[in-house]
Amino acid sequence: MNLDGRRITIILIVCVIAIIFVIRLFFLQVVNSTWREQATALTEEEIPLYPPRGIIYDREGRMLVTNQTVYNLMVVPKKVQPFDTTSLCKLLRIQPSDITALFAKAKARGEYHRPQLLVEQITPADYAAISEQLYKFVGFYAESRTLRVYPQSVGALFLGDVGKISPSEYKANNYYTKLEYIGKSGIEKAYEEELRGVKGIKYAFRDNVGNIKDQEGDKEDKAAIPGIDLICTMDAELQKYGEKLMQNKRGCIVAIEPKTGEILAMVSAPTYDPNLLVGRVRGHNFNVLTNDPQKPLFNRATQAQYRPGSIFKLAQSLTALSVGAITPQTRIHCNRGIIGCHGSHSYDDLEMAIVHSCNPYFREVMHKVVEGNRDPKSRFRDARLGLEIWQEYIKRFGFGSDLHCDIPGVKTGNVPGVEFYDKWYGKEQWAFSTIYSLSIGEGEMLVTPLQMCNMACIIANRGWYVPPHTVKQIGIGGKPKDDFLVRYDLGIDTAHFTTVVNAMEKVLQPGGTAWRAAPKDIVVCGKTGTVQNAGGKEDHAVFICFAPKEDPKIAIAVYTENAGFGGTWSAPVATLLIEKYLNDSIAKSSESREKLILDANFLDR
Amino acid sequence: MSSLGRQHPLANVDWLTVLVYGVLVIFGWMNIYSAAVVDTHPNPMDMSQEYGKQFLFILISSFLGLMVLYMEGEFFNKFAIYIYGLFILLLLLVLAVGTTVNGAKAWIQIGGFALQPAEFAKIGVGLMLAKYISNTKAKFNNWKTRLIAAVIIGIPALLILVQPDVGSLLTFVAFILALYREGLSGNVLIIGLGAIVFGVLSIISGFNKVNYPFFGEQSGVFILMTIVFIIGIVFMGLIKNFVVPRNRKKLYLITILSTVAAIGFSFSVNFMIDKVLAKHQKTRIYVTLGLEEKEEDRSEMSGDSETAEAADMVVKSKSDDPGYNARMAKIAVGNGGFFGQGYRQGPMTKNKYVPERWTDFIFSVISEEWGFVGSVAVIGLFVFLIVRLINMAERQRSQFSRVYGYCVASIFFLHLLINVGMVIGLAPIIGIPLPFMSYGGSSLIGFTLLLFIFLRLDAERLSVFR
Repeated sequence: MNLDGRRITIILIVCVIAIIFVIRLFFLQVVNSTWREQATALTEEEIPLYPPRGIIYDREGRMLVTNQTVYNLMVVPKKVQPFDTTSLCKLLRIQPSDITALFAKAKARGEYHRPQLLVEQITPADYAAISEQLYKFVGFYAESRTLRVYPQSVGALFLGDVGKISPSEYKANNYYTKLEYIGKSGIEKAYEEELRGVKGIKYAFRDNVGNIKDQEGDKEDKAAIPGIDLICTMDAELQKYGEKLMQNKRGCIVAIEPKTGEILAMVSAPTYDPNLLVGRVRGHNFNVLTNDPQKPLFNRATQAQYRPGSIFKLAQSLTALSVGAITPQTRIHCNRGIIGCHGSHSYDDLEMAIVHSCNPYFREVMHKVVEGNRDPKSRFRDARLGLEIWQEYIKRFGFGSDLHCDIPGVKTGNVPGVEFYDKWYGKEQWAFSTIYSLSIGEGEMLVTPLQMCNMACIIANRGWYVPPHTVKQIGIGGKPKDDFLVRYDLGIDTAHFTTVVNAMEKVLQPGGTAWRAAPKDIVVCGKTGTVQNAGGKEDHAVFICFAPKEDPKIAIAVYTENAGFGGTWSAPVATLLIEKYLNDSIAKSSESREKLILDANFLDR
Repeated sequence: MSSLGRQHPLANVDWLTVLVYGVLVIFGWMNIYSAAVVDTHPNPMDMSQEYGKQFLFILISSFLGLMVLYMEGEFFNKFAIYIYGLFILLLLLVLAVGTTVNGAKAWIQIGGFALQPAEFAKIGVGLMLAKYISNTKAKFNNWKTRLIAAVIIGIPALLILVQPDVGSLLTFVAFILALYREGLSGNVLIIGLGAIVFGVLSIISGFNKVNYPFFGEQSGVFILMTIVFIIGIVFMGLIKNFVVPRNRKKLYLITILSTVAAIGFSFSVNFMIDKVLAKHQKTRIYVTLGLEEKEEDRSEMSGDSETAEAADMVVKSKSDDPGYNARMAKIAVGNGGFFGQGYRQGPMTKNKYVPERWTDFIFSVISEEWGFVGSVAVIGLFVFLIVRLINMAERQRSQFSRVYGYCVASIFFLHLLINVGMVIGLAPIIGIPLPFMSYGGSSLIGFTLLLFIFLRLDAERLSVFR
């Protein structure tokens, strides 16, 4: 038998196998990238690096919000070795059942090998004691986290809070993981992107049992970019004083610098210490505050929609002057047949009508605006045409809009127009006589205290406003958002404003509705309001003002629920704040007023 | 020994082969270091670690290899039967006093080291086969020769099967290749290959359950049997119509016999799988054939992030995934890319994902860290070595040396085939080492002796006629 060929056969078999191997390797290693992707998914761990959140200062540079390090105690159930349960529980101040429950939960979820949160937000002081002992408990370790702290304990709703991201927030934004924190309200929410900074990534490796190892890899780590510090528009002293004056009351204060639209103070009473909503106590306190019948979490300054009452007469005056329905000299009889009035006056001109807050006068003023004989055939159609003009003017004051401000969750209020009443009463089923309560700021008109204060700013500026906002500088020395460098001009003649301003000045002079509240040496221009309440409850006390008369520095709106006369209960609050802001102190002559306000308690009304 | 002159013992040694051997051993050691290095023991010669021990094994192997080169080739011819006997004794001894590792009673503990006789038994079988064939000028066309050869291979094979060490047993198939060179019918190879293909078909069809009319849900293998039966009938018809009558009878017989054999074979393969093999062996086979759950299905298990998912996958897999080893090896190989992750830079290797990575799965380390280039280079070196050994065997004047040379080449080939095939997912997970490269004293020393005995015989090729 000739066997020479068999050598070749055997070599061929060897070579064929080798070629098959090489082809297979080529596909595994060069052609197909899924294996490499799987290897990356298996071995690489991207550890997020959390930057410190930006610090918030007030306009004078006082620190309002900063960060504090706390520790979360984590445990990987799978790695736990038998340990002294009693001493661990004592150390952490927990019950053994807490641990067993957590382990059971982890097992049920199939996360037995993953870190579980055992104790949240341990303070540095407590952690010092724990860290010394922690090495004895295999599988347990601590992770540091930062929390917000509020050194001044003021402006809870102004500054806002930070909380765990909600499922809907998680879905709406691909920046976060499910366990991160996010601004929930106020500046924290509005300036979330600036404050949070940019997460970094540290690339590490994970071994076959899940240990994370810091190894040299080919991917470069990305450092975290710290959050941007903010200087907010608040004056912490003013805010603090405002919160103090509003103690035991329900209501709110908004104070704005007219020239800039910067919100100097924004108080919603009753208020609370922002530090209550931080750390381990947050959950409990959040429930308590949510269930409080006085609704401290409700920001009355931006979310409460009130009937404006008499302060609305200012906007009415300006509208009527602009459309030419009246002149400053127009006198109207105080005919109290249709609508009530107060005080002794009978035939005021515009200025005095504002000073006296004459209801029949302004009923007639609006009558002239709305029923201007534009359609002589039908007073219904006439009213439609007139109301449309009226609504357009009123909207110029920012009523019915969010004012382009940077406060999350602001309400717009309501400026009822043709559409509204057509729906309410039916087309051509209403005329001025149906809707006249609008004329004195009652009826279906709804505004927020922020809008009231904004109106004060418009009058202070004699015709324009900058959208109210809460942040003055993004980054120390920086600028506000571009939106807040824009002036909105109402297109109303400055001369009309002079009339109104003069009247407002007289409001705080003897004979005016708020003359008792006038501080010494400061010329305050204001307007009172007393809003009626259904159900026999005490009236809401309203006051808006600005000061000084020339070159105004501050505009304020105060709304005190169920307090009574605006001139008695809200005007002093405003004037005290003005004194505080302009003089840095309260004059002796004002101390009795201060005591009156501090002692007042309207919470139970 | 009839010497034609006094030559230096190291003259005529095939140094190129020694060089290839050296490269493989040193490269293997480097990769063992990469696979097993412990941060606290960075010294490659640290005797408490695998790489330190391997260094010692390399020293011992080099010494023993050199000793073999200084010996007389005649010794291995004369004492073949005794060497064979000695290893049989060791295989018996291991059954009596051996230690069980991974379910196989394959190790004899001597001091701090463990000896695996199966790794040495191949030398004995190779020498004994060479001796038998060269002495008797055996011809493989008679049953007696075949039977005796089968017995020589079969005795140690049987002893290894008892351990049981299926991996080592499989490498004994190598001798069939050597016997083929010496005249064993090529049909053996073809039938063997046919059996493998048909066996795989049987396993795949047997894995799937089919709903039959009248019989309900049964193994899919019956469909395969039916097809074979129909093919048999068709062949009978063809023979009846197209073959001259005097040849028909013989062809009928062959067709009937092979049809029956095929049906019987596919039935018994599935019977083996179902009833004889252990569950993990059965699963390994299924995994290799891609029948058992794949990684894609697994990664679908939800977690909240991609990486957490991956971590889940690993942890889950280790405990209850039979395909874990195979998949990790494949991922490591695939992760190598064209140029590799770099020496000691392979994430899968470094982070211990591939089990047994310095022993049976050393090729995955090479593939991950040295890439396609390194993997192909290693395969190329092995092919070069095997082909060179075959050519060297052919140049022997002595049949003893030639048979032995073929045995050596075939053994290396079979190890390469099974080991690399396993790592790159072409063969089931069978625990056998990659010659010269895998960690292990017994295997390194065994393979070194196997190779160097042939180098000694080859060095004397000009001076001997046996």
